[in-house]
Amino acid sequence: MMEKQYKVKKHKKGKILGIFKRPEKKLNRSAAGNTLLFVLMGICGVAMAMPLVMVVNNALKPLDELFQFPPRIFVRNPGLENFSDLFILMNDSWVPFSRYILNTVIITGGGMVGHVIIASLAAYPLAKHDFPGKNILFSMVVLSMMFSWTVTQTPQYMIISWLKINNSYWALILPACSFGMGLYLMKQFMEQLPDSLMESARLDGASEYRIFWNIVMPNVKPAWLTLAIFQFQQMWANTGSTFLRDEQLKPLQYALFQIGAGGAARAGAAAAVTFIIAAIPIIFFLICQRNILETMTTSGMKD
Amino acid sequence: MADLKKEGEAVNMQEHAYVIASQQNKLSYRIKKNRASYVMIAPYFILFFFFTVLPVAMSIALSFTYYDMLQMPSFVGWKNYIKLFLEDDIFLISLKNTLILAVITGPVSYLLCLLFAWIINEFRGWLRAFLTLIFYAPSICGNAYTIWTLILSGDRYGYLNGLLLRWGILDEAIQWTKTEKYVLPVLIIVQLWLSLGTGFLAFIAGLQTIDKSLYEAAALDGIKNRWQELWYVTLPSMKPQLMFGAVMQITSSFAICDVSIQLLGNPSVNYAGATVVTHLLDYGNVRFEMGYASAIATVLFLLMIGTNKLVQKLLRRVGE
Repeated sequence: MMEKQYKVKKHKKGKILGIFKRPEKKLNRSAAGNTLLFVLMGICGVAMAMPLVMVVNNALKPLDELFQFPPRIFVRNPGLENFSDLFILMNDSWVPFSRYILNTVIITGGGMVGHVIIASLAAYPLAKHDFPGKNILFSMVVLSMMFSWTVTQTPQYMIISWLKINNSYWALILPACSFGMGLYLMKQFMEQLPDSLMESARLDGASEYRIFWNIVMPNVKPAWLTLAIFQFQQMWANTGSTFLRDEQLKPLQYALFQIGAGGAARAGAAAAVTFIIAAIPIIFFLICQRNILETMTTSGMKD
Repeated sequence: MADLKKEGEAVNMQEHAYVIASQQNKLSYRIKKNRASYVMIAPYFILFFFFTVLPVAMSIALSFTYYDMLQMPSFVGWKNYIKLFLEDDIFLISLKNTLILAVITGPVSYLLCLLFAWIINEFRGWLRAFLTLIFYAPSICGNAYTIWTLILSGDRYGYLNGLLLRWGILDEAIQWTKTEKYVLPVLIIVQLWLSLGTGFLAFIAGLQTIDKSLYEAAALDGIKNRWQELWYVTLPSMKPQLMFGAVMQITSSFAICDVSIQLLGNPSVNYAGATVVTHLLDYGNVRFEMGYASAIATVLFLLMIGTNKLVQKLLRRVGE
């Protein structure tokens, strides 16, 4: 119903208003306020977009422009030589690149999916059940995020050696599944769900697992999509060089960094590497962000 | 007679209810009843124990030792902590810098996250996703702050120097990252530029889960403009996300180090840009004095816990 009203308005008032999400709310929106926010967004947007602009332009610069001093942000003679250089170098590598890609899919995908599921599964009882020990467990998770990661690295390395999962995918996937942030994020979102939602399912005889999977998770889709973005970024930034010794186990991002670290002769390929390293999480980010919006317009479950 | 019987039944019932209640209050009963909950949290907390609790506990234990990663750690009692506060002047400088940075960038970053998430929430579709990307770009593009080395470059080709020289504001180029008095302001500005990270995306998702009918009801109740709407409807509805954002902000504001090391170097000029974490990295990753580094981490940990308590108290008042 509301959707229909919105579409009618869009035709009448033209395109600019059409990009606003809730034109029906205009009673609380002044034109002066809109203009002010637009200008603010414009100025800040330019400043924030700088790194993106630089990465794209550098990837398109031929070698002589990359070494130009003083450096320019914008490219003059854009070309794709950097990418063809990179592909030649990739073909030279003694572990085939398809293997690196497979490793990345296992490590980044496993760490992301595993964390989202395991952390959500733990967040649901913490948010909605009342059981002994729940508060202390939850505060342990929150506090753990405040301990400096640099120092725990050494003990963590020892533990991974004790568990004998060194030099395997598990050494990266299992610690990633236990990050504190995901559980905290999911718990905060689940807390907001009305109890009546779960109560009625319980009366219908649904088990807690069913409630979790069929009712809770679909209703916190924005939360786990956001968590997936964070986790993808984390896993993507991890080249795994601490735990993985075998070249065959290393992820794509490691191989790319190695090519990029080849000094001045490879500056062009390095610029292309920077572009790819940034582009993959960005594509993932855009897909997730786009879906965050779509969920809530279709399911308005709240009381 | 009938009355008496009824009364007796009532007493019986009451007793019965009391017995059930006391049974239900027993810990073992409550644990049994919530078996499903424990099974659900088990996978996470088993991993959490091995990869987080145990390492943190070991680090805290190491802070009472001398440990150079080659020999076994040897117990030294409170020596590391005493040295930290009484002998290590650089630690005190870094502590002061960290507090200044946290007090300024923490709240400002937090408000920026909220402000931009709230503005972006007015847009829809791909435009919205794109705007989110633009503002999140500094956090997603790896080491995005390298662009600041171009801007702040100390010769006259640095963008900032070039601009100021052309406008006649400066007579000669300034070494922005190598002059003591500019170091902290530079750190603050770059850190603010980097601030739209975890909290920002959590707010964006949080704004999506607010019930739209609340806004209609609020408009009927006489809410006049977007600012009132923000304070009385939007913020109270996303309190859990505000709490989350605050914790993430504390962990990032107190742990500023990458920017300092990349732009100013470690050590920075006369330690003007030293933070607790750069100091920690100096001992942990350069000098391999893990015991001392662990003591620094423990102090930072306590500092963050204290700040967290304070901030959570403040946030409970939102929308009142």
